[in-house]
Amino acid sequence: MKRVLPILIVLVVASVASGQPVVTGGSNASSNTVAPPAGPETSPPGLPQSGSATGSNAPATAAALGSAAGSGAGSAAAGPKAKAWYDVLADKPIEEEGTFFMPRAVNRVADESDLMFYSVLALSIFFFAAIAICTVYFVIKYRHRPGHKAEPSAAHNDTLEITWTVIPTLICVFLFWYGWQSYIRVVTPPQKAVEIDVLAWRWNWQFTHQNGVTDSDLHVPAGVPVRLVMTSKDVIHSFYAPAMRVKQDVLPRRFTYAWFDATKPGTYRLTCAEYCGTSHAQMACLATDETGHCTRRAVVVVHKDLAEYKKYLDDKLADQMKLPPVELGALLYEKKGCNQCHTVDGSPKVGPSWKQPDWGKMITMDDGQQVKMDENYVKESILVPTAKARPGFQKGAMPSFEGQLKDNELAGLIAYIKSLKQ
Amino acid sequence: MATETFPESLKTLPQAPVSEPDFLHITKGWKSWAFTLDHKRIGMMYLFGILFSLILGGTFALLLRTELWAPGKTIVGADTYNQFFTLHGAIMVFLVIIPGIPAALGNIIMPIQLGAPDVAFPRLNLASFYLWCSGALLLVLTIPFGGLDTGWTLYTPYSLETKTAVMVATSGVFLLGFSSIFTGLNFLVTIHKFRPQGMGWFQLPLNIWAIYGTAIMQVLATPVLGITVLLLTVERFGHIGIFDPTLGGDPVLFQHFFWFYSHPAVYIMIIPGMGVVSELVSTYARKPIFGYRFIAYSSLSLALLSFLVWGHHMFVSGQSRLANMVFSALTFTVGIPSAIKVFNWVATLYKADIRLKTGMIYALSFILLFTIGGLTGLFLGILSVDVHLHDTYFVVAHFHYVMMGSTLVAFLGALHHWWPKFTGRMYNEKVGQTCGLGVFFGFNITFLPQFVMGARGMPRRYWDYDPQYQIFHQISTIGAFILGISIFITVISLISSLWTGKKAARNPWGGSSLEWQAPTPPTLYNFEKPPVVHELYNYDDLVEVAEDRWERLSDAPELQEAKKEAH
Repeated sequence: MKRVLPILIVLVVASVASGQPVVTGGSNASSNTVAPPAGPETSPPGLPQSGSATGSNAPATAAALGSAAGSGAGSAAAGPKAKAWYDVLADKPIEEEGTFFMPRAVNRVADESDLMFYSVLALSIFFFAAIAICTVYFVIKYRHRPGHKAEPSAAHNDTLEITWTVIPTLICVFLFWYGWQSYIRVVTPPQKAVEIDVLAWRWNWQFTHQNGVTDSDLHVPAGVPVRLVMTSKDVIHSFYAPAMRVKQDVLPRRFTYAWFDATKPGTYRLTCAEYCGTSHAQMACLATDETGHCTRRAVVVVHKDLAEYKKYLDDKLADQMKLPPVELGALLYEKKGCNQCHTVDGSPKVGPSWKQPDWGKMITMDDGQQVKMDENYVKESILVPTAKARPGFQKGAMPSFEGQLKDNELAGLIAYIKSLKQ
Repeated sequence: MATETFPESLKTLPQAPVSEPDFLHITKGWKSWAFTLDHKRIGMMYLFGILFSLILGGTFALLLRTELWAPGKTIVGADTYNQFFTLHGAIMVFLVIIPGIPAALGNIIMPIQLGAPDVAFPRLNLASFYLWCSGALLLVLTIPFGGLDTGWTLYTPYSLETKTAVMVATSGVFLLGFSSIFTGLNFLVTIHKFRPQGMGWFQLPLNIWAIYGTAIMQVLATPVLGITVLLLTVERFGHIGIFDPTLGGDPVLFQHFFWFYSHPAVYIMIIPGMGVVSELVSTYARKPIFGYRFIAYSSLSLALLSFLVWGHHMFVSGQSRLANMVFSALTFTVGIPSAIKVFNWVATLYKADIRLKTGMIYALSFILLFTIGGLTGLFLGILSVDVHLHDTYFVVAHFHYVMMGSTLVAFLGALHHWWPKFTGRMYNEKVGQTCGLGVFFGFNITFLPQFVMGARGMPRRYWDYDPQYQIFHQISTIGAFILGISIFITVISLISSLWTGKKAARNPWGGSSLEWQAPTPPTLYNFEKPPVVHELYNYDDLVEVAEDRWERLSDAPELQEAKKEAH
């Protein structure tokens, strides 16, 4: 509880600042939210069973934190460290159960639009079958054969024509009206919602929570409305979580909004639906196989309740603060999407590799200028990427990270790049 | 056959007693084609350009379908794949489907069907052909100049930033736009001014009604495309701040401009298809088209309504809810005339005498495929359902059913139907029918799985995908190859018929409209003597005197003699 309180304060302050009320959680979370069915299979591995649902989770949090911090400190010598529990959740297989046509909707307000989908599907199959059967039947019955001739029949028939004008019109009016009604519900968030800022760029998502925690996986609580405030750094992207039935374009220099109310804990797909260039198909890809297929991309992680979500905020914040610089840099390399354009093995991609044997030496820019490859150069490249460009690389391909990295994060990235020089 | 009675003399009625050579042979040499003012020769040059573009665009389609055989890299990387789908889309839309029926077949057939000697402005017609060629050349030149990876929609700000040859492509599109405007203008004037005596508006074949509706849209909508690509070009090198958000521009404004043209363009593509299908269904079913007036009016109403629905491409772009509501409602109004047209075509088949020539196979395919395309449009018009389906493979499948399954299928049907008329040669019927079925089944195998993929959440324009979709992608790729091979064989078979096909009769299908009165192939000014306007879509007077040869009973020498004596 002690650990949750400061975050609550942060949430409330942030909500006042942004003019948007935020759901107050903590011990009364269960009273104002819909509790998800909490069977054993829905409980995430690596998370102590007892500490997540109720307010008495302080010891468990401390234990989790201790292990994270401990392994983090020891990892420089002891090789790869254990993944944090929330990343283990994000690595879980994607929930794909559903019908032949659609994954099951896990957004409380999506059932109506699904009902519309299946109704129109039934309607379409009926009309198509009727038209196809008539066509095939007529073609067989009235096919040309010796002795067969066209029989005279009316060239128009007012009753028939009015009937088949009025019926589709009524159906269309009905479909429009219910589609509009359910759309309004799908796009109107309730007053109380957890707000998460979404920043998109080529080719990554960054979700910033109210306590300042950033991640490329979207972690949300179940049973609580979540409102996304979205903008893009470069071109148009589109936030699309199929299981939530949520899609909204993310525009540069403008805010767009989306919301959902997840009903079932689990890991769900998250994709970009507006074409944005080379890695459009692999927004926020964390791992690829040898064919270039992305095996682990950013996902939506639905925590089983507000308490577990807050624990995520808490632990993630602690982990982000406590990592040694080189490891923080290595983590950010993936989480900020640097890996989409830069390699760490010396081979060039969209941008130069981070493995630079020339560290500390003078290097030549595309305009002939000589620059020393050092901390200042790297810092400038991250914050003002348009200032200089290496020969063979496109100036302006990289978005600026000015204002999006904390001091320790910037230092971590520089330390990580420096550590790769050998 | 045995029970049909007609004067024996009809069988031996002299074929085409033409005193002058036909348009293909009247002059010789490349100059006689390059500087021709004859609408049929211009139309034929368009046709071969379009068939070449079709094969080029189809090759890109097969390449990208091959790449999608497996997740990750199959044959090419992500950047190349992005160029494949962009070039496939741009070539198919701007070079094949938009000019397909109006500029190629419309040019060849429409003036003859109208009973006119040529279009109103033959020089403008030739100019628009050369504009098309220049535009096509520029569009294809993007490949050596760095390719194009924006998608055919050229959405900003991506198209402002990409290093590929956007300016070359926009210049090409600009020229193609003017080509389209000139053609539309020419056809409008021709239809208004060149109708022969006795042909009122409601004696016009439905094909001409459709071309008329299309021409209105070409003239009114295409200037907006020209302005849009011009603004995009200026923005790209001048950095003015029209669409570029970093300069205070609005990238969504581009989408409004673009779809203000491109939605009517969908109808520029589909309405001529509806027109030719009306002709084909009536002719091969030997029955008057059911509800002629309604089909005629619906071509015009679709032409006008198509200007009011562009916003349904932007339901999730951040457009206001009020705009979304209005555009959703207007979108449904477009569905109604389309649905009624389908009912009319099916009703025409009732108590008919259906001849399953290649043209009819394509026409029947059109009815079924257009029905699927139209019904799946309902899903996308419903706001709440569209949020889930927008920009997924569901949309890809839907517009392929309309643009390819309907328009291209109608184009192929029309090509077979009128091929004997303007080439003077019969195509191979067996090959035509088999390939027609290949197109129908190949098409459905390709695109039906895409509806399921889309509903399951597979976004479009994806080089890499989740393994759960692989089976659908593989079925789709197999279908695409069946489709591609069928179309390729069709094109080869048609072209080879120019040398090997048997000579065509004046009226091989028993059509009632005026083009079947012209000699086969037509003479330079189409008719030797002014054509007689008969009752439209009335087949009572037409009899099949031999295979693929129909004559008018009233033309039989005995009846003519009897008439003379009565006078």
